[in-house]
Parts: sequence; C-alpha cells; structure tokens
Amino acid sequence: MKLDPVIRDQVLATVPSLRAFAISLCGNIDRADDLVQETLLRALAHIDSFEPGTNMPAWLFTILRNLFRSEYRKRRREVEDAEGRYAETLKSHPEQTGRVEFEEFRTALAKLPADQREALILVGASGFSYDDAAAICGCAVGTIKSRVNRARTRLADLLAIDSVDDFGPDRATRAVLAGGGRN
Amino acid sequence: MGERGKDDAMKHRKTNLEPVAEKPESQDPMARPATTSPHKEARLGREVQARIGQQLRAMYNDVVNQGVPQHLADLVRRLSDQDQD
Repeated sequence: MKLDPVIRDQVLATVPSLRAFAISLCGNIDRADDLVQETLLRALAHIDSFEPGTNMPAWLFTILRNLFRSEYRKRRREVEDAEGRYAETLKSHPEQTGRVEFEEFRTALAKLPADQREALILVGASGFSYDDAAAICGCAVGTIKSRVNRARTRLADLLAIDSVDDFGPDRATRAVLAGGGRN
Repeated sequence: MGERGKDDAMKHRKTNLEPVAEKPESQDPMARPATTSPHKEARLGREVQARIGQQLRAMYNDVVNQGVPQHLADLVRRLSDQDQD
C-alpha cells in the first residue's frame, strides 16, 4: 500500500522548517541537508508510528533532533566551530536587517549553549508551543521556559555590547565596507 | 584650606565606610561617570529583545523561504510511492 498523499504532503510541507532547524543545529547547510535527508528516510520507514491527526512537524523535529544528538554530536568540535559560518551557508540574507548586524546576531547565537539555542529556536522561530518544544527535546516544560529565558538574557548581553553609542561610527564604517566588498 | 576642611570632615565621620569622602583630592582623574542609567538600560533591554525576536525569525525564515530542495522532494515522492508495510 502506498503512503497516503495527505501524509506525504504534510511531510513535504515540514521540510523547509526542518531544514531551518537542522541548520541551526549543524551550523552548516550541507550537513544540515544530510541530516534532513536521513530524518526523512527514517520517518518514512517508520511512518506507521505516526498517528494521523497529530502534530507532524513536532514528530519530524523529534526524529531529526534524536538523530542529531545520537550521531552528529560525535563531531561536536566541528559543530562548535559553527560560529561565523552561518552567513556563508546562506544564499541570501534578510533585507530588513543590515548584513553586519545580522552576522553579529549569528555570532552571538552561536555562543549560546546548544540546549538554550535549540529551545530559543523551537519557541521563538519555529513557533512551537512550550509543550511541543518540551516534547521534542524530551524534557519538562519548565526546563524549556528556563532555557528560553536564559538564552534571551545572554543574547541581550552579547548584543548590548555592540549597541553602546561609542560603537556607532565603527559599525557604520563596517556596514559600508561589508556592503561595498560584496556583490 | 584643604587640610582644615579634611580634618573637620574626619571628625564627623563615625566609620571607615566612606572612602571617597575621606580623600576627595585623590579622586582618580581617569574615573568617568556611568554613561548608562538604569532607565536607559531597561529601554535598551526591550529594544534588544525586540531585535532578537526579529532577527531570529528573519534568520529562520531565510531558510524556510528557500522551499523544498529538489533532491529532498524527489526522495519523499519516491519513498511515498514504495509499498508500505
């Protein structure tokens, strides 16, 4: 029997956000796509364990996260080397924020402990509820809330350093240089 | 005049807990007043939090907007057409 097209489309519809989450874990787009591919293989091989009507994104995110932690974490040193490489992995960057500011944000994000970064992205970017995020991470809801709060506080500290007025002219100069040096 | 004022000040001090008042003439010329008040820091905190949320979503949506790469779409369709047991 072939897979229900409704289920198949739910899987396909989740792939873009699955990739975004994978990149936030791996810090490298090629490895992230490998991780997504492996997640899809695993998920479709065990699609019987998915209950139709339940949360497909949460189910796939859980599989991807477990795969990452069991296999990809062996290459932990490389993962921690992800700082500053986010920008290279992307084809474009958001138009609403300047490139320099955007890269500063990525650098700050990369400095967070992995569990805090993960919780912040699940709740703040993927749009999961605290309950879903807790289920995905296999921990208590209170733990997720605490990680998100600590992540926000730490990011604010890291980014506030660059918000001091003294840094203004330097930031502007770097923005001009960054803009002029790239196509 | 400085010495006398200092002596008077010393007489009225009851504890050693006022080091700045004790030696006003030795103030560190390099010391600068704080540039950020608590109020400004609170405002900065809200601005930074708003920016964090915005940049987090921008970064994430940048990838989401790339859609489904062809090889992953092909993979899902191929596996979906296989017999499921």
